[in-house]
Amino acid sequence: MDTVLSSRSREVVVSIDRPFVIIGERINPTGRKVLAAEMKEGRMDRVRADAIAQVAAGAHMLDINAGIPMADEPALLVAAIRAVCEVTDAPVCIDSSIVEALEAGLSAYEGKALVNSVTAEEERMERILPLVKKHGAAVIGMANDETGISMVPEERLALARRIIQRAADHGIPQHDVIIDPIAMTVAADPLAGQITLATMKLIRDELGNNMTCGASNVSFGLPDRPTVNAAFLPVAMYAGLTCAITNPLIPEVRRGVLASDLLLGHDEYAMKWIRAHRAEQAEMSAKAGPAQ
Amino acid sequence: MSREEEIRAEIFEHTLNGHAPEVKALTEEALTLHMDPMDILFKALIPSLEEVGRRFEKGDFFVPEMLIAARAMQGALVILRPLIAETGAKPVGRYVIGTVKGDIHDIGKNLCVIMLEGAGFEVFDLGVNTPPEKFVDAVKTHEPDIVGFSAFLTTTMPMFKANIEALQKAGLRDKVHIAVGGAPVTEEYAKHVGADSYAPDASMATRMAKHLVGDRSGQSQGAKALEQAVMKIDETLRKG
Repeated sequence: MDTVLSSRSREVVVSIDRPFVIIGERINPTGRKVLAAEMKEGRMDRVRADAIAQVAAGAHMLDINAGIPMADEPALLVAAIRAVCEVTDAPVCIDSSIVEALEAGLSAYEGKALVNSVTAEEERMERILPLVKKHGAAVIGMANDETGISMVPEERLALARRIIQRAADHGIPQHDVIIDPIAMTVAADPLAGQITLATMKLIRDELGNNMTCGASNVSFGLPDRPTVNAAFLPVAMYAGLTCAITNPLIPEVRRGVLASDLLLGHDEYAMKWIRAHRAEQAEMSAKAGPAQ
Repeated sequence: MSREEEIRAEIFEHTLNGHAPEVKALTEEALTLHMDPMDILFKALIPSLEEVGRRFEKGDFFVPEMLIAARAMQGALVILRPLIAETGAKPVGRYVIGTVKGDIHDIGKNLCVIMLEGAGFEVFDLGVNTPPEKFVDAVKTHEPDIVGFSAFLTTTMPMFKANIEALQKAGLRDKVHIAVGGAPVTEEYAKHVGADSYAPDASMATRMAKHLVGDRSGQSQGAKALEQAVMKIDETLRKG
């Protein structure tokens, strides 16, 4: 099943038969005080710089979130999307829990965006899915509902199925729904990782939809998060994860994804792996200064 | 060192390291030696949880370590609570807490519950997705010193204001201190919605709560109970 996302000039295909798609997570003011302050004033220089840096580090798409307290989120989201589109052709993932912000973002975007996100909550589905349809976008469906997040994989599967069905009722094809099986931190529940992986396998085998998740969640509250994040992605990819919202600026994450693509047969003759290796070497020698 | 002193030190150490079976066994041993339940609570368990909180705040301790320390303490509390209740002692303070309506994030809120219980508060945890009416009911029923609202999303933060308005309508606004927290929340936002305080993490929330009930010594039942407990502990120590 292929999910095609696009900007004005570039297409990205998410599929189990293709290399993994990294959705850069950095353009998000939550927990980033300086970025939040600048965005609130309408200064988008850091947003642009983050977009460029993430794409250079291997992001195929960029998540854009403008969730700042006491600010005009729809307007800021639109400004951030425009800023990103000025400097890169990576398709975007429009990220907000405010429906008006999603609507403003979708209206401003030229291309096929990914909407982040809808849940299986009745009200959310009925408000967000019509927007997704209207703008011909794709959508992330999070496998939780009004009652919270189930720790039973079969129940999350049932919610995924409900979202896909409701999307179909609104005229959104199955391949334009990317399921988020929900990754939670193993710091709070030792079984959280296992439950997420079991859910992924079920969704892959029963539904076949593409899947994404907030991959950095798994390590919340733990030391050395990069290593935990980098270990999670390969096992998740093997369980059916086809894209993830994560930070490509972390070398462990970037390398983990590239190596997994190689091992899973999505990097013919290791050309991407070798190219990435050379790029890192060139960067290192550039940093070390000119040869004596 | 007397066995009593050893037991306090060992309970402190084992709670800090989250060794639940050891903490339970030591608590039982302490009781067979006729140690005062309040002594065990205030001289061993609470100081240990406070140390856990300090280390967490400094970044030396991580979330799982807090959770297992709390579990170890809970094991002892199950034994001690009924005994303490028999003596008629009051908790340090009462705290009603919940994640606001529309929000199902609970890690931060749960850490607050752990730290507050660890500090001797009686905590009424309303869980996640808590509508304003439920907060109002809980404040009415439990008459807490503090009510805490947690929100993890910019979309659910406005519920702070809705909750405060609901309390106002019910005539309860001035009867309770309102604390708010959660990932996207700022000091500025807390002021904006009319909350009384904001804390960036569980440890700080607990410290502020303790300060608050302490500040009202004389009026606060909790502070009195704490004083009584300390006096009792002194007495025990003198006897020992």
